[in-house]
Amino acid sequence: MMGASDQQMMNDLADVVRHHGICQFLYREARLQDEHRFEEWEALWTDDGLYWVPANGEDTDPERQMSIIYDNRSRIGLRIKQFFTGKRYSQMPASRLRRVIGNVEVLSDSPDGTRVSANMLLYESHRRGQIMWAARNEYLLREVDGQWRMAFKKVSLVNNDAAMTTMAFLI
Amino acid sequence: MVEVIAEPTGATRERHDWPHLVQAEQVHGSIYTDPRIFEEELLHIWQRSWVYIGHVSEIPNPHDFVMKSIGPDPVLMTRDKDGQIHLLHNRCPHRGNQVSEKPRGNSRTLTCNYHGWTFSIDGSLRGYPFPSGYQDDKRKELGLGKIARMGIYRGFVFGSMAEDGPSLEEHLGGAKEAIDTLCRNSPEGEVEITAGFLQHKVFANWKFVMENETDGYHPGFVHASIFEVADSKIGSLYADTSSAVTRYFGNGHSEVDLRPEFRKRDEPLSWFGTSVEKLPDYVSRMNAAYGPEQARKIMIDGTPHTMIFPNLFIAEIQMFVIQPLSVGETVQHVTALQFKGAPDFNRRLRQQTMGSVGPAGFLLADDAEMYERSHRGVQEKSPEWVYLGRGRHRERVDDNGFLIGHVTDDLCSRGMWQHYRSLMEAA
Repeated sequence: MMGASDQQMMNDLADVVRHHGICQFLYREARLQDEHRFEEWEALWTDDGLYWVPANGEDTDPERQMSIIYDNRSRIGLRIKQFFTGKRYSQMPASRLRRVIGNVEVLSDSPDGTRVSANMLLYESHRRGQIMWAARNEYLLREVDGQWRMAFKKVSLVNNDAAMTTMAFLI
Repeated sequence: MVEVIAEPTGATRERHDWPHLVQAEQVHGSIYTDPRIFEEELLHIWQRSWVYIGHVSEIPNPHDFVMKSIGPDPVLMTRDKDGQIHLLHNRCPHRGNQVSEKPRGNSRTLTCNYHGWTFSIDGSLRGYPFPSGYQDDKRKELGLGKIARMGIYRGFVFGSMAEDGPSLEEHLGGAKEAIDTLCRNSPEGEVEITAGFLQHKVFANWKFVMENETDGYHPGFVHASIFEVADSKIGSLYADTSSAVTRYFGNGHSEVDLRPEFRKRDEPLSWFGTSVEKLPDYVSRMNAAYGPEQARKIMIDGTPHTMIFPNLFIAEIQMFVIQPLSVGETVQHVTALQFKGAPDFNRRLRQQTMGSVGPAGFLLADDAEMYERSHRGVQEKSPEWVYLGRGRHRERVDDNGFLIGHVTDDLCSRGMWQHYRSLMEAA
């Protein structure tokens, strides 16, 4: 028979395993972006996905104020298709990218999905120079057929209130 | 070619050979990359000519302020208690500290944090701590510096750091009509700048950015990727077969006039890639404001694509403000145009603008890439020139006396350069 403390340990272990799975998903998402694996990245989105990179702070209203990216699912698809034309010159040649995802926190669970936040640090090498990008990312993740999917991703760049160089790669 | 001239003081200054650097069909590559030329541009263009600063709707209430710029220099645009607009330097008259560190706000006074000097929102000095330290009252004598001249045309605020010179209306000349046309697309006749700005930095000279704004040759190539996947009709406006024209207004201002194509389509709101059915609220307000016949004409013609020298680009659905930071560094500030009394239209303008512009925009990321490649390219040594001869043989004069050419011609650039040369030679 399992005692109360054993049950607690099982619950804790389940949390750790789940947290591990979420981290693995975020790391994979990051790697697909770094390596410009556009189709695989697009497949991580749910059908109602929303991709938001705000400007001028983290708490603007994207329905009223300009954002750097505010893509619904169909516009995410358009963004990906543009890369495949062979004429998206701002990514020809593509930026060389590597990013680190850290400080992963599971914030809450709701019927709509699991809210997760993380910090992101990205190094870009492009013909214009070497550029560091840093952001707090927020995600709404959902399990679909046993796989995590993104329903929402918000990238709050630390310098989003300042002038920024072109970032046509996937952030 | 640079001639070094000895001044009586013993100092030397350089005189550039402008007729050599700026010719009818070509400009010298160094004009984009020589830091000495950039320093002269600051003096003779940015600190002399009329420069677009901001829009009155960005500071709608008394005591509102917003940080703007003239070239690399910050400018505070404020509204006083009586509703008057002021353009101020952000520099304390005491020790030169920057007074406001906020990008925008609302405040009756601005206080310098260094020694507590306090200014009214109109720039006048209201008080300072420990006044007995000064023999007489300094409040009349000292205050925030003012931009020498300010002009407002239909809510668009311009500043000139020169005490004298042509009036704003003289400067705008034919380009005034572009602002009028723009405002007519609002059922209340007013533009509002309320959606906030993206700031896109490029490592390129500001003149590459300015020239590209009314270059109708590049869209079919640079933007082929998005036209293709978005199934856009925009590409055909810039085709060899297009009836659209480029126009030079004088004083450096130019436009791409797409109306001949839109009039052929004869469909209201086709210019915006939509139809009257999709924006019923806007259409009914336009009909009520102008009468159905006039409203229909306005909605067929659409909004202008006009570059007001040296830094305001009205780009149909958005507005860009060009800010040079150094010879090889430029920021484009961009926002969606918003029309007073048109909420459903405005929402689509914001959506479309966000997709198109800024550092990740479907259009502007690729434009920015071209500015930067041009800036690197002109530093190569041969050929030394940038060639601007396209369409010179087919320039003609329109009914208003302005030079026009085919939409893909270099006419706008040629005009900008002749104006540029006249400003630099006047030095």
